[in-house]
Amino acid sequence: MKYLSILWNGILKENPTFVLLLGMCPTLGTTSSAVNGMSMGLATMAVLIFSNFIISCIKSLIPDQVRIPSYIVVIASLVTALQMFMQAYTPEVYKTLGLFIPLIVVNCIILGRAEAFAAKHGPVESIFDGIGIGLGFTIALTLLGGIREILGTGKLFGTTLYSENYGMLLFVLAPGAFIALGYLIAIVKKTAKI
Amino acid sequence: MLCVLTLISVIAAGALAYVNKMTAGPIEENKARTLAEGINTVLGVSDAQVQETKEVEDANGNPVIIYATDKGVAVQAIDPNGFGGKLSVLVGFADEGSIKGYTVLEHAETPGLGAKAGDWFQKGQKGDIIGKNPGEKELTVSKDGGDVDAITASTITSRAFLRAVNVAFHAYAGASAQADAQSGASAQQHAKVAPEEVTVPEVSAEGQSQN
Amino acid sequence: MAYLLIFFSAIFVNNIVFSQFLGICPFLGVSKKVDTALGMSAAVAFVLTIATIVTYLIQGLLESYNLEYLQTIAFILVIAALVQMVEIILKKVSPALYQALGVFLPLITTNCAILGVAILVAQGTYNSQGIEPNLLTGVVYAVSTALGFGLALTIFAAIREQLATMDVPKGMQGMPIALVVAGLLAMAFMGFGGVDNGLAKVFGI
Repeated sequence: MKYLSILWNGILKENPTFVLLLGMCPTLGTTSSAVNGMSMGLATMAVLIFSNFIISCIKSLIPDQVRIPSYIVVIASLVTALQMFMQAYTPEVYKTLGLFIPLIVVNCIILGRAEAFAAKHGPVESIFDGIGIGLGFTIALTLLGGIREILGTGKLFGTTLYSENYGMLLFVLAPGAFIALGYLIAIVKKTAKI
Repeated sequence: MLCVLTLISVIAAGALAYVNKMTAGPIEENKARTLAEGINTVLGVSDAQVQETKEVEDANGNPVIIYATDKGVAVQAIDPNGFGGKLSVLVGFADEGSIKGYTVLEHAETPGLGAKAGDWFQKGQKGDIIGKNPGEKELTVSKDGGDVDAITASTITSRAFLRAVNVAFHAYAGASAQADAQSGASAQQHAKVAPEEVTVPEVSAEGQSQN
Repeated sequence: MAYLLIFFSAIFVNNIVFSQFLGICPFLGVSKKVDTALGMSAAVAFVLTIATIVTYLIQGLLESYNLEYLQTIAFILVIAALVQMVEIILKKVSPALYQALGVFLPLITTNCAILGVAILVAQGTYNSQGIEPNLLTGVVYAVSTALGFGLALTIFAAIREQLATMDVPKGMQGMPIALVVAGLLAMAFMGFGGVDNGLAKVFGI
C-alpha cells in the first residue's frame, strides 16, 4: 500500500511535467510524435530509477559538502552508460533523440528527486519513487507527443487517422510544442483538480 | 571528503570504461549494418557485398564516398545548403547511369515539409526520380526548368536534394570512367562526363521561401 | 563574414530557446520580471562563454587519450566547478556584480543550454553553413547563443510583465498562458527561417 501511494504520488500528485513543471527541455524538444515522447520518457525513467537506487544506497557514505557533485557524477555515469547502450541496441531511437540523451544529466527531475527523495528514503522506496515519477514523465511526454502528432500529421503512433493534408503542421514545429503543452497543462489541472 | 568524491569518480570512470568496451562491438556492427542495409535498399537487392570503398571530393570540397559492390554502385553525397543544414543521401546507380534507388541518410529539414524527401522522390510518388539519368539531363526542379516536381512548399530542400543526387552521379560517372580507362575497356559511355566536369549547379537566390 | 553569419543565425534563425528547445527551465522560471531576466541572461552569457572554451580544450584532451566516453561526466563536472569558481571570484573581485548575478549562478549548472552548447561545440555540429568549426567560431557561436537566449528571455519577461495585469481566464492563468505566449514568440522567430541561407549567399560563403 505504501509503495502504491509512492507510485501514485509520482504519476499524479507530483507529476514532474504538469505539477512540478520540471524537465521542460526534453518535454518540448522530443515530443514531435508519440513514439519519440515515449522513448524520451522511458530513457529518463531508466536513469531515474537507477540514480534513485544508487544514491539512496550510498547516501550515508557521502559527506554533506560534496553531496551535489557526487550525485552529479553518479547521474552523469548512468546517462553515459545509457547513451552507449542506446547507441548499441536502439540506434534509431538514439538518432532521433540526439542531443537530448546526454542532456538527461541536467534534467532537474533527476537531481531534484535525488535530493528530495532518495537522500531521505531507503533503496526500495527510492526505486518506487523513480518508477512513479518516471511513469508520470513518460505519460506526460507520450500524451503531448500524441496530441502534436494527431494535430500535426493526422497520425498516432504512425497509424493514419485522417489525411495528412488536413493536419496543422504548426503543431509538429516549435511553436506548436509550446502551445500544445500550455493547453495540456490547463486541461490536466482542471480535470485532475491539482 | 575529497577522498569520497575521488573514489566515486574513479568507480564511475571504471564502470564506464567497462560499458564502453562492452558496447563498442555492437555499435560498430550497427554502423556497418545500417550502411549495408542502405546500400541494399538503393540498389534494390538484398545481398550486395562492398568490394571497394573510395572517397573523393566534389567541386566544393565536400566528401563523396563511392561504394562499389558486386551488384552495382552506391554513392553517398552531401549538400550543405538544405533548409535546415546538411542533407546527406545515398544513391544507387545502374550501369548506364540511371538512378536505381536512393535513401536520405541524414537531414535537418523541417518535420512534415522538407523531411518528406525520403518518400517524395521514390518510384510512383510525385517527384519520382527513379530510372532518370542525371548524365542525360541534370536533375533540377520544374521551377528551375527541370522535370522533377519539388516537394510542396519545400523548394529549397528539393533543390538541395537534387544537387546532392547530381553530385553523387558525377562522382559515380567519374569513378567508372576512370575504372574503364584503367581496365582498357571502352570508356565511350562515360566519355561525356569526365571527372573534371564535376560541378554543382548554382541555386538561384529567388524563391527562397519555404513554409 | 563567417562570424557574422554564425552570429546572426545563432541569435535569430536557430534561437536556442525557440528552435533548439534548450534552456527552457530558466526561460520559464526566471521570466516574471525584466530585471531578473537581464541578470540571468548576463550570468548565462558569462558562464556559457567560459564553459565553451574550457570544455573545448578538455574535449581535445579526452580525444588524445581515447576517452571520448567520459565527455558528459567531464563536461558537467567542469561546468559545476566553473560556476562555483565564478561565484567565489565574483564575490571577491566585484561584489556589485556578485550582488546582481549571485542568485542566478547556482541555477546555471542545471541549465541545459550550457551543457548543450558545450557538447555541440565539442562535436563541431553547431553550424550548418560549411564554416570550419574551430575554437574561435565555437566561441562566437557560444556568445551569440547567449545573446539569443538573453533576447528571448527579455522579450518574454517583458510580455509576462504586461500579462500580469491582464484578465486571463482562470484555467489558463500562470504557466499555460505563458507557454502559449512562448509559442506565439516562437512563431514570430520562425519568420527568420532560411534567412541564414540567403545571408550565406550575400556574404559569398
